[in-house]
Amino acid sequence: MGKEFILDIEDVNVSYKDKNVIEEINLQIPKGKIVAVVGPNGCGKTTLIRTISRSIKPNKGKILLNGENIFKMKIKYLARKMAVLSQNNTNSNDVTVKNLVQYGRFSHKSWWKGSEIEDSKIINWAIKMTKLDALSHRKINTLSGGERQRAWIAMALAQKPEILLLDEPTTYLDIAHQLEILELISKLNKEEGITILMVLHDINHAVRFSDELIVLKDRRVVRQGDPWMIIESEVLQEVFHVEAEIIMDRENHRPIFYATKVQNEHKGDEK
Amino acid sequence: MENEESLKDKKGYKISIIVIIALLLVFGFILGNAKGTISLNVERIFEVIMNDDGSSDRMVIWNIRLPRMILAALVGCNLALSGAILQGVMKNPLADPSIIGISSGAGLFAIVILVIFPQYQHLVPLVAFCGAMLAAIIIYILAWKGGIQPTRVILAGVAVSALFGAGISGTLVLFSDRVHGALTFMNGSLSSRSWPEVQTILPYTIIGMILVVIFANKLNILVLGDDVARGLGLNVEVTRIGFTALAALMAASAVSVVGLLGFVGLIVPHSVRLLLGNDYKYMFPASALLGATLVIFSDTFARTVFSPVEIPVGIVMAVLGAPFFLYLLRR
Repeated sequence: MGKEFILDIEDVNVSYKDKNVIEEINLQIPKGKIVAVVGPNGCGKTTLIRTISRSIKPNKGKILLNGENIFKMKIKYLARKMAVLSQNNTNSNDVTVKNLVQYGRFSHKSWWKGSEIEDSKIINWAIKMTKLDALSHRKINTLSGGERQRAWIAMALAQKPEILLLDEPTTYLDIAHQLEILELISKLNKEEGITILMVLHDINHAVRFSDELIVLKDRRVVRQGDPWMIIESEVLQEVFHVEAEIIMDRENHRPIFYATKVQNEHKGDEK
Repeated sequence: MENEESLKDKKGYKISIIVIIALLLVFGFILGNAKGTISLNVERIFEVIMNDDGSSDRMVIWNIRLPRMILAALVGCNLALSGAILQGVMKNPLADPSIIGISSGAGLFAIVILVIFPQYQHLVPLVAFCGAMLAAIIIYILAWKGGIQPTRVILAGVAVSALFGAGISGTLVLFSDRVHGALTFMNGSLSSRSWPEVQTILPYTIIGMILVVIFANKLNILVLGDDVARGLGLNVEVTRIGFTALAALMAASAVSVVGLLGFVGLIVPHSVRLLLGNDYKYMFPASALLGATLVIFSDTFARTVFSPVEIPVGIVMAVLGAPFFLYLLRR
């Protein structure tokens, strides 16, 4: 025992036009850990994140944050506990980095309360954490992909959340920036104690940077556990339809794999 | 690129621009009072406003020009704010109450009351608001497909606009004997409007201005996208409905006093965006002032340039607005 859970997902079902998009999801997210959700395309990863962040309403089940049902909370209260980095926030915005980070304080403010000094302290801290000091007056749409992603993370940080949800934070980035973002996320977890729940496309990245993995397939959770439980040929074959060579990453003491070939019966399955 | 605050992002710059627009408004207001069949100088205008000397100058200023200029300012302010809001909530730069049918919705309902049930004339702004809301709801329903689709907004809006427009024309034709100045209603005109119209619209302008200033930041967050806004703690649905209702109310109150005055809600917010950027905290006050200024100047122009013939101010707005619309499309 001794494991404390920040998020409890109980029996959640989401459907869209009479079709289930995720089914009977039961998950517990441990406090202070990094948890990654992986799975093939269309398995419901994004739906899961959007449901937990209240953008989609489940037609069955409960989602509890520290024991409280998120759908019964005031949305501002939820935003002070949970921050979200969604996938398609690439609106061509001409706001500056600093403005964007200021928006992160929205949930902590109302017209009768909220201290300016406290706010600007947190804003500066968020900008520093994400190493955006030198870019704070630049417009979002003039930044590179990696810088822009850091700006969105800074905005989420300004919410001072206990848990941060990220939906494929490394898509469209080159490898150096992917690692940079994942290292930043890892640092936020280690230094600030923020629980991380993220969807990742790259399984090796997920293994390397997270304490626990959740594998989704065909709208359901098929496995949850530490990296060694997930990276085994059975899972890789059944879920991802590849045969793979699994080796040990000596530096991080984690498994790492490379796919050798697509499973025979899966060939031509796409489309 | 270095990390320096660009000119447009500096607070001092934004405030100076707003002050300049305010000065232009004052200048336009005085000019509008001075020009006409009888030209008056500034001192004389103040003199007759301050005390009723029974002169014809007093008559002209107090009963005609002064209320007309005030009304022009209020209408311009309402339409500009309505456009600024709609562009944000509908995520479309071409959203303007007259283009997407909100004005025609208000207009149809207003016309029906005016020609068929003239005994309920005092209800016109309220009924016009219902028409505007109805138009907005239809647009949302048509344009909604898992979120607002900006291109669908315009397509739906054009359709709604055509539908209500047909209703207006039909009513005007069927009841042509009861309609005086149908043409001026269709084009929007300030001619022969006076204090009663000012009284009708003033409360809506005041309420609208207060609300947009208080809630400007919410709209800033809404334009980041629904999921992002929700993540930041904004109640997206309530904010969107609230702002749409406010935009409809402001457009409807303007339509019910001057008819279908187009393009103000398009030209003004965009000009302000070009000058000040997209932060609604500055955009709202600047749009309100520039909207008032634009309608005052246009009306003064419409009233004096072909004197003694007066053309509806809506025609002037269309002449300015149509090229601007094309410019936005090309950009």
